[in-house]
Amino acid sequence: MTATATSTVPVTAAAARQDAPGTRVHPPRGVLHDTWVIARRGLVHMKRQPEQLSDATIQPIMFVLLFAYVFGGAIDVPGGGNYREFLMGGIFAQTIVFTAFGVALSLANDRKNQAVDRFRSLPIAKGAVLGGHAIANLIKSLLPIALMSICGLAIGWRIRAGVPDAVGGFLLLIGFAFAMIWVGVLLGSLVATPEGVTGIAFVALFPITFVASTFVPTETMPGVLRTIAEWNPVTTLADAVRVQFGNPNTPTAPGDPWSIAHPMAYTIIWIVGVVVVCAPLAVRAYQRSIDK
Amino acid sequence: MSDSYAVKARGLVKRYGSTIALDGIDLEIPTGTATAVLGPNGAGKTTAVRILTTLAEADEGEATVAGFDVRTQGTEVRRRIGLAAQDATVDPLLTGRENLIMLGELHQLGRREAATRAAELLAEFSLIDAADRIASGYSGGMRRRLDLGATLVARPEVLFLDEPTTGLDPRARTELWSVLDTLVDHGATLLLTTQYLEEAERLADDIIVIDRGRIIARGDARKLKREVGGDHVHAVVVEPAHVPEASAILAAITGAEPRIDAAARSIIAPTSQGVAALVTVAQAFTEAQIPVDDLSLRQPTLDEVFLTITGSMPDINDDRSPEEATL
Repeated sequence: MTATATSTVPVTAAAARQDAPGTRVHPPRGVLHDTWVIARRGLVHMKRQPEQLSDATIQPIMFVLLFAYVFGGAIDVPGGGNYREFLMGGIFAQTIVFTAFGVALSLANDRKNQAVDRFRSLPIAKGAVLGGHAIANLIKSLLPIALMSICGLAIGWRIRAGVPDAVGGFLLLIGFAFAMIWVGVLLGSLVATPEGVTGIAFVALFPITFVASTFVPTETMPGVLRTIAEWNPVTTLADAVRVQFGNPNTPTAPGDPWSIAHPMAYTIIWIVGVVVVCAPLAVRAYQRSIDK
Repeated sequence: MSDSYAVKARGLVKRYGSTIALDGIDLEIPTGTATAVLGPNGAGKTTAVRILTTLAEADEGEATVAGFDVRTQGTEVRRRIGLAAQDATVDPLLTGRENLIMLGELHQLGRREAATRAAELLAEFSLIDAADRIASGYSGGMRRRLDLGATLVARPEVLFLDEPTTGLDPRARTELWSVLDTLVDHGATLLLTTQYLEEAERLADDIIVIDRGRIIARGDARKLKREVGGDHVHAVVVEPAHVPEASAILAAITGAEPRIDAAARSIIAPTSQGVAALVTVAQAFTEAQIPVDDLSLRQPTLDEVFLTITGSMPDINDDRSPEEATL
């Protein structure tokens, strides 16, 4: 018994020394500071998880090359036009939808690792944890957009519109990402585990991004599926981005639904709708998920 | 607020569904002292810590920490406390240093100040060599030390350590005790929870024993031990046939009714004579020619404390932690 009593950790008094504990209570630095500290942590996480990093780098590039060269030859863009140019708007849209998945996964991982309790015992500004996750994941989504743009330029994609239109296109993507963050918060708060989040993302997000004009024109889809695709905001997001970038897009016909005829307006309505409906629900669900 | 109590709580009640985790707890912890909350699994220790650290809200009752109300002045409380939760909550994907810097920054230290403080703590907790390695590769003991270091980042007034040595091997536990000793010696108010009487006695000035959400005993270790009869003489005889005779000898020497476990050939009796009792018993056994496998003087276990105080053993299978409470 006495043999184990000798400590092998030479802890000196200095660390533990509370040079007058509590005499230096630090003034708050504000919500932006705290949010950025949490966001930086999220970015380091991405860097340290090879599979997440590949999601944001290799995978999007693979998608571009795969569709451009493997499937692309077999797909006709109605009204003519280069499929590779048609493709980019769709891939941008798909990437942005997956922002929700990233946010949900971060929240579920935090709960799993008990980081939630650690954060809640700190004097952090209200909303900073959620905000930090949102910003980190927004950056995680925009990074692949930048990479894919470069990749697209290499295979012949060009922005053929003026600068204001192009900026509008990118802003629309960022707006949609903002809406998807709240979907992600809701998902990450309602689903118990990271594994569950991955499962749901696969069965929910994948079909949503594929039953759309992401990779193929909706005209080729059969009856009901085509209707779903036409009203799917991912379709209108992709179409609106194509229009903004001056890339080939399915020409609108007189009989088209309103969503197809006005992709930009329809997408913005969705963004606003999702934020208005999801944000309050998401914040409440998040509170409940950490308030155990 | 010149409050002489770092922690004050009155009538804390917390229910999870129909399960009562805390059933009216009063606490008064003087500033600069160390208090151990001792109890079995599911006694309500973690729930109490969660309420005092603003992680959970009490259904009834009120509490102040460092002079601030945990319910209405949560941020003020959080600025003055450090919490090491039951499972070490270091970020597994950050290095030890990054963990400490991040927490420093979230404690509102400046970037440089946080880095300096992190370096100090890494040195003091013997983590220099591992400082820039990712924490998921740390051993249990290292993770615990990092976790403790993390709670000290902002030099808190009140430290809450929830079962700081649970899950550690004996060597790591002994190491950690010496770390905690140092902490206590240097003026922070400490509230720790534990399942081990030995640990409570070693680290704390005052011990509060809780079971089923109620405080069933409080006082310093000496008082508590007086209540449970102090040291125990424990004998294990070789021959089952010798148990009654050995039991009679123990009863005569200690003046108490020994408890007998016939299957284990074990006899145990409380004594106030310390080592002297052991010597007397050894002589008596030799004279009576009773061979023994083991003869020792030991401190009451938590089970024995409970047995003495409540007259019943703690129900160790009844884990009423909030997660498990399904009713």
